[in-house]
Amino acid sequence: MAKLILSMDNLVLKEIPLNKERTTIGRKAQNDIQIDNLAISGEHAVIVTILNDSFLEDLNSTNGTFVNGQQVKKHFLQNNDVIELGKYRLKYVNEGVAQAAQPDFEKTMVLRPDMMRKVAEHAAGKPPAEAESGNLAPPVDLAPPIRKEPPAAPVGVAAAPQAAAAPDLPLGAIQVLNGSNAGKTLDLVKSLTTLGKPGVQVAVIARRPHGYFLTHVEGARLPTVNGAAINPQAHELKDHDVVELAGVKMEFFLRS
Amino acid sequence: MAKPDLSSAIEMAACSDTGRIRSHNEDSVLANAALGLAVLADGMGGYNAGEVASGMATAVLGSELQHAFNARSPSDAGADGQVWAREALVDVIGRTNAAIHLAARSNPKYAGMGTTLVMAQFFDDRVLVAHVGDSRLYRLRSGKLAQLTRDHSLLQQQIDSGMLTPEQARFSQNKNLVTRAMGVEPTVMTDVAEHEVLPGDIYLLCSDGLNDMVDDETIEEALSGLSGNLALCASQLVQVANDNGGRDNVSVILAKVRAPFPANDGQGGLLGRMQSWLKK
Repeated sequence: MAKLILSMDNLVLKEIPLNKERTTIGRKAQNDIQIDNLAISGEHAVIVTILNDSFLEDLNSTNGTFVNGQQVKKHFLQNNDVIELGKYRLKYVNEGVAQAAQPDFEKTMVLRPDMMRKVAEHAAGKPPAEAESGNLAPPVDLAPPIRKEPPAAPVGVAAAPQAAAAPDLPLGAIQVLNGSNAGKTLDLVKSLTTLGKPGVQVAVIARRPHGYFLTHVEGARLPTVNGAAINPQAHELKDHDVVELAGVKMEFFLRS
Repeated sequence: MAKPDLSSAIEMAACSDTGRIRSHNEDSVLANAALGLAVLADGMGGYNAGEVASGMATAVLGSELQHAFNARSPSDAGADGQVWAREALVDVIGRTNAAIHLAARSNPKYAGMGTTLVMAQFFDDRVLVAHVGDSRLYRLRSGKLAQLTRDHSLLQQQIDSGMLTPEQARFSQNKNLVTRAMGVEPTVMTDVAEHEVLPGDIYLLCSDGLNDMVDDETIEEALSGLSGNLALCASQLVQVANDNGGRDNVSVILAKVRAPFPANDGQGGLLGRMQSWLKK
């Protein structure tokens, strides 16, 4: 479960678990997190938590709400975000990542049916009671969500899939050796780079965590490496290998 | 009336892999170019129940649809002015859902099992696409990739309602929450859409193990660059998903349209219909 760590001048004051749908922050006593300081508005901000995600919203406070130094109105909290309110700091810690590492986590889960209503209400920007009577909520499926697998994982992997390639793999490149493009180079930054002429002869170089691999795609002839035709399986390229494809010779090399 | 064999007009390839984290593969795929049918299901449930659910989805759907379209041409007009195949699809998916639900109810080992579904039925120069859950169908046309299905998932709802941008959704901790699935309830809501098909189109059906691990740009390049070797294209996509972490089962079906396939191909419209009518 995600939590907030409240501190001032680097002194930890307390930890607050985000175990409620709405956690309010402000100077007044009825707030879930009360901060009795004149820089804080009576009702300063609210954190809405939906399953494993939390959203911070400033409630038109006088002095504003800042996350990692930027003023925000609405913010999707990420692990280790620091919320600043006057002199106080609230660090957001989400341990969902650790939970995802448990292999035996229940794979299928049917959640409480009111979950979709909460999503709709939050999206409509209304407190729960108001949204229930109103009809501004966007249409949603009525059924509760069904958990397919453990909460996914390491944040940001999908956002930067290329990063999964081993960081110590040097960047590969090819340089054309003959023909009208002689001298041109192409860095192999993508997962898959196709070479050749469609319908005539095509090959692909896959950038994998442990190296670069050439595979025949189409055409009656197989590409050659250092003069010998490769077999139909993937062929690992070595530094300074010369590939010939559709009459074009090119050298594969590793940038150091 | 026998359904025309579409294998000369449509080429298909499929690849399904356990991935690098999970112990077994709960995805199921069915690709039959002759029938113009592709079905992909991503199962969920404890022990081997996920495989049972997804396996039932592909097997039951495949045989029921073949049966339905042997009895009547999919391009016949239906009651609502749409093609009849649309009704047939909804009906068959409903019955498949009920069968999975019944199995889940009657065997404690399968309690709570379910599966996503995405399927494509090609006929008469068009494709009917049906889906339940977060398995997807993409189309590559003129080098551009487009997602033709919209996930039934919590994240998609949050994106639709403006809570999250698609960019932010990648960082959500609430992945893998579907709002619809086959077998979970006695009935299921299915989205069915009809699309016109053009020669050169490539259709990709995939489980979330692909699109969670491989960005759209890479998928687009793979489909464009490797279209000359569909089986290799499928296996390379799976390989990229695994190289990027392979956190889930990953399955893909590719369907490449080589030529038009109008309903009365080769027989002349009216004559063909007369002949098939006489054969009944």
